[in-house]
Amino acid sequence: MDAVIEARNVLIGGFWVNIQLFAASSLLMLIVSFVAGLARLSGSRTVRGVAAVYVNLFRGTSLVVQLFWLYYALPMLGIRLEAFPAAVIGLGLCFGAYASEVVRAGLLAVGSGQREAALALNMTRTQIFARVLMPQAIVVMLPGYTNLFILLLQATAAASLITLQELTFRAGSLNAVTFNTAPIFLTVLVAYFLFAQAVARSLRELERRLAFWRWPRARTA
Amino acid sequence: MIFDLRFAIEILPRLIEGALLTVLVTVLAFVVAAFGGVVILMVRRSGTIVAPIVGFLAEFIRSTPLLVQILFLYLALPQYGIVLDPLEVGVIGIGLHYSCYLAEVYRAGLEAVPRGQFDAATALSFGRIETYRRIVTPQVFQTVFPVLGNFLIYMYKDSPLLSVIAFAELMFIANEIGTATFRYLEPVTLAGVLFLVMGAATASLLRFAEVRIGRRWVRG
Repeated sequence: MDAVIEARNVLIGGFWVNIQLFAASSLLMLIVSFVAGLARLSGSRTVRGVAAVYVNLFRGTSLVVQLFWLYYALPMLGIRLEAFPAAVIGLGLCFGAYASEVVRAGLLAVGSGQREAALALNMTRTQIFARVLMPQAIVVMLPGYTNLFILLLQATAAASLITLQELTFRAGSLNAVTFNTAPIFLTVLVAYFLFAQAVARSLRELERRLAFWRWPRARTA
Repeated sequence: MIFDLRFAIEILPRLIEGALLTVLVTVLAFVVAAFGGVVILMVRRSGTIVAPIVGFLAEFIRSTPLLVQILFLYLALPQYGIVLDPLEVGVIGIGLHYSCYLAEVYRAGLEAVPRGQFDAATALSFGRIETYRRIVTPQVFQTVFPVLGNFLIYMYKDSPLLSVIAFAELMFIANEIGTATFRYLEPVTLAGVLFLVMGAATASLLRFAEVRIGRRWVRG
């Protein structure tokens, strides 16, 4: 345990990289998933097709392949990315593809009567989307997003494979020097566990608070 | 420096060799996970003092990165006299990680069986084992099978994490070729294509199996 305590600043610094990576790639995941999820419900066949190709490509290949491709293969096409932006893009696009399915399912879950009623009330398309469809869809989407946020958080460890010096990477280097293996990796596991618990709890609290948007009002918080 | 088709064809056999190891470790890990999930669920429902401990451990394993768990198994266990080769680490590591997920899947499937089914089985004087074998399991199987299939495909995509412990699966080979030739574009792109192929093949195999096995089991 001594090695862990002695090197705590190195590990905390690494964990901070994970937190930043998680925040940045979560944001990218949210944006991408909404764009792709909406595109898959678009009226245009081309838009739907492009979105379907993106989603299936990123869901069909491994995150590790995508990270390697962005970091090692892309420079051969003339685009050189640092490890951190490559990890953000890889995680964001990969999980964005999974999350776009959540968005799509959430929007489809809102009954068609809702849309028709809103049209009958002479609401504009934007109004229907923002005030009728979205609030109801978000409540349906939240549990799916909670799962993906937890998986995304765990996946930040994979960024160590493209040499990003986050917690897992630093744990590996520290282990190579001190051979204090079990304490180092147990500490790392506990750190990820606590982080995941914190994220899961706050998202479940959010789910609880937004439950009043659910229609019909089956559950009140 | 764009995609060199000749080079790609030249390295393809080695990559396919790696892909075969990917399939091997994934299928073995899936078997471990499928049975491990049942064991975890049974222990958690046993009502003994180990139930909450196993429950916490499963939650812990589910919410920490598989990559770190693999490193732990490979690097830390030998210091306690347990030496595992990379294949064993892969099968146990991936299998254990996913068995914690599958326990939850089984639990949901079990809870989806209506109470009336148990009552009816009792009324017909089915024993406990008979009830589970003939009434409950076929119904759980129907709801759980498609989800199990999805998890098998997830496991494929997690297997490249084993490249970190030098297990010669697809991604390790692709990286090795990249390091040796300074050409990453072809091996990594081909690795991606092979993952798409493996995923599509598994998905269609599963659809076939779902119909065949499902039919037989439900008939009993």
